[in-house]
Amino acid sequence: MSGSETAGSLEALLERGYQHGFVTDIESDTVPPGLDEDVVRLISRKKGEPEFLTAWRLKALRHWLTMREPHWAEVRYAPIDYQSISYYSAPKSKKDGPKSLAEVDPKLLETYEKLGVPLHERARLAGVAVDAVFDSVSVATTFKERLVAAGVIFLPFSEAVRQHPELIEQYLGSVVPYTDNFYAALNSAVFSDGSFVYVPKGVRSPMELSTYFRINALNTGQFERTLIIADAGSYVSYLEGCSAPMRDENQLHAAVVELVALDDAYIKYSTVQNWYPGDEHGRGGIYNFVTKRGECRGANSHISWTQVETGSAITWKYPSCVLRGAGSIGEFYSVATVNHYQQADTGTKMIHIGADTRSTIISKGISAGHGQNTYRGLVKILPSAHNARNFTQCDSLLMGAECSAHTRPYIEAKNPTATVEHEASTAKISDDQLFYCLQRGISSEDAVNMIVSGFCKSVFKELPMEFAVEAQNLLAVSLEGAVG
Amino acid sequence: MSALLKIDNLEVAVGATPVLNGITLSANRGEVHAIMGPNGSGKSTLAHVLAGRPGYTVSAGTVTYEGRDLLALSAEERAREGVFLGFQYPVEIPGVNNVYLLKAAYNAQRRHRGLPEVDAFEFLGLVREKMKFMRMDESFLGRAVNEGFSGGEKKRNEILQMLILEPTLAILDETDSGLDIDALKVVAHGVNSLRSPQRATLLVTHYQRMLEYIVPDFVHVLVNGRIVKSGDRSLALELERRGYGWVTEEAA
Repeated sequence: MSGSETAGSLEALLERGYQHGFVTDIESDTVPPGLDEDVVRLISRKKGEPEFLTAWRLKALRHWLTMREPHWAEVRYAPIDYQSISYYSAPKSKKDGPKSLAEVDPKLLETYEKLGVPLHERARLAGVAVDAVFDSVSVATTFKERLVAAGVIFLPFSEAVRQHPELIEQYLGSVVPYTDNFYAALNSAVFSDGSFVYVPKGVRSPMELSTYFRINALNTGQFERTLIIADAGSYVSYLEGCSAPMRDENQLHAAVVELVALDDAYIKYSTVQNWYPGDEHGRGGIYNFVTKRGECRGANSHISWTQVETGSAITWKYPSCVLRGAGSIGEFYSVATVNHYQQADTGTKMIHIGADTRSTIISKGISAGHGQNTYRGLVKILPSAHNARNFTQCDSLLMGAECSAHTRPYIEAKNPTATVEHEASTAKISDDQLFYCLQRGISSEDAVNMIVSGFCKSVFKELPMEFAVEAQNLLAVSLEGAVG
Repeated sequence: MSALLKIDNLEVAVGATPVLNGITLSANRGEVHAIMGPNGSGKSTLAHVLAGRPGYTVSAGTVTYEGRDLLALSAEERAREGVFLGFQYPVEIPGVNNVYLLKAAYNAQRRHRGLPEVDAFEFLGLVREKMKFMRMDESFLGRAVNEGFSGGEKKRNEILQMLILEPTLAILDETDSGLDIDALKVVAHGVNSLRSPQRATLLVTHYQRMLEYIVPDFVHVLVNGRIVKSGDRSLALELERRGYGWVTEEAA
C-alpha cells in the first residue's frame, strides 16, 4: 500500500539524517574520555566557576562513585561504560556543520516541511551555523529587551553562574540534591550548560520562554541543567525542546531540571521531546535519563508539567512535584509514544506534604511496532497532608500485536483524610474504528492520526497553542505506517 | 441501461466457513431493494463485503459497480466512489469530534472528485441544515463520534452522514434495529429524501416494519447465503404474516 511506502521512505530519511548527525570530528578542546576529580575541576575551571560550585560538583562526583546504575525500570540496554565518555568538549565550531541548507540532506528538509517547522528554524535544527540566519538574531534581541524590561532573568546556565551566583548558590540542588539518584549525581558533577530563569515577585512573564530563543547557548550538550525560580505571585510558561528531529552526537543524555515555585507562583513547563529514537531494528538512538522535579514551596503555588515524548531509544523520566506549600497544586499531563524498538519508562511522583494540596495525573501511552511503554507513578500522601487529593488517569493505546504497555501506579497514603482516585484503561485501535473511517472515505493514515489525536486530546489541550499543533504533526509522523 | 450494481454468483467465506453461497442481484439507479432474511442468513456479510470490510474471503463471483470491478477497490476508494454503508453498530471514537470526522470524510470525497475542499465555516452551515432535517440537537456538534450516544442517536448520525455524503449506492445495515417509532420515521424521512433517479439503496432488514416508511421496489429473501425468493413489497408483507419458516422450507 502507498501508506507503508511513504512510512518506509520517511524512516529511511530520518535514519540518513541522523547518521549524518553522528559524524564526530575530534577537536583539540575536548578532554580525553574518563571521569575523575581532575576532569570535574577542569570543567569548572574552563567555565570560570566560583569555588562553591566547584566544591559542589566534586561532592557530587564523590557521591556518584559510591552509587550504582539503577535497573528497576522496564528498559533493556547494553552496559554503559561511563569511563569511555568524554565529559567536556568546547562548543562545536561552525566548521563542522553544513554551511547552508543547500548542503543538508533534502530528505531531512522534507521532514521539516511535513512538520511545518518555520524556515528560519530548519537551518538551526539541521546544524547549520545559526548566525547565518540573521532573522532569528533580531527576533531574539527584541525578545530579550522585553524580558529585561519586565525584570525576568533568562540566561544560559553558565552565564547565570557569572551574573547571579547568589541565586545559583541558594537554589541549585535544592529540589534535586546531587544525592538524589545515579544520573542526577552524574549530572551535578559534570553538567555542561542549560537554562536559568528567575521571575521576580508579582511578575507575569510577558511571553512564553523557549530554549529556541536562547541563541547564545546552542550546544547545551548531553548533561543539561535547568533551574527555574518563580518568586511569590509570579507566572512563567517555559517550553523545552522541539518537535523536529534533533541531531546530536551523544548517545547518553542525563539532564536535570529543577523548578521552585514560591507563594502563589505558577510554573507551566511544557516539553516536546524528539531525540533520535534509533532505527527500525533498534540500533542507535539516544538514552534519555532525565530527572525533573518541581517544588511548590510556597502556599497556593502551582506547577504543571506537560510532556509529549516521541523520541529517544530509551526514556527514563518522571517529572514530579513536591507539594510542600499548603493548598499547592501539582499537575502532570503526558503523552509517551514508542514505535519500532523504543522503550519508555515514564511517569511522575506527586509528593503531598502540605494540607489541602491537590494533584492531577493524566498519562497517555501509545505503543506501536515492538515498542515498550511503561507508566510508573507514585502518589505519596504524608501524615501532614490533611485533605490532600489526587486524581490519576492512565490510558494506554496499543497499535499492532508486538508492542506492550505496562502501568505501575504506586499509592502511599499516610493521612486518612486524603482522597486518591485512580483510573486506568488499555485500548487497541480497533479494526472497527479503522474500518468506520475508511468507509467514510478517510485514508488509513488520516484515520489513525485522528484516532490517536482523539486519544491524546486531554493532554494536547494543556499545551500552548503552537506547541499543540506541532505535537499533533509530530505524532502523525512518528506513527506513520504503524497500522495498515 | 446497465445496472448500477451487479452482483453475480458471489461466494464468500469467513475463515473456512462459507457464508454467502452464490448471490446474484442487480440494482438499477433509482431503485430501492430490501434484503430480508432470518438471523445468520448472511445479510450483514453481504453489506460488509460490498463496503470492503477486511476479514472476508471472496471465493467466487463478481461485483460490478458503475461498470467497474468493485472488489478490486479498497474500502476508502469505494466510499469516495459513492458507496456508503450505514452501520448496524456505529463505533465510538473517543476524543474525535463528530463534525471533524464528517468534514474529513466530505473533503476526502471532494478531493477524489477534483473539487475544492470546503472550509469549516461553510461545512458547518451544511451540517446545521441537515441536522435540522434529522431533528438532531445542536449539542451534537460538540460531541465525540458516537460517544455516549443512545442507539437511536447513533442511527440518526449514520443517516446524517449519508445525507451529507450523498452516496450513489447506499447500503443500510439494520438501520431500523433499536429505533422507536418516532426515530424510525425520522430515519425513513432522511432515507426517502435521498431517493432519486441517480441513486440506489439496499436496505438490509430483519423486519418489514421499516418498509412501511421506505417502500421498496424489490424485496429479496436471503436464506443460508442464497437469495431464495424475490418479489415486490407484497413479499415483505407475506413474510410479516407468515414468518421466515415457509420460504426456508420452499428453498430446502
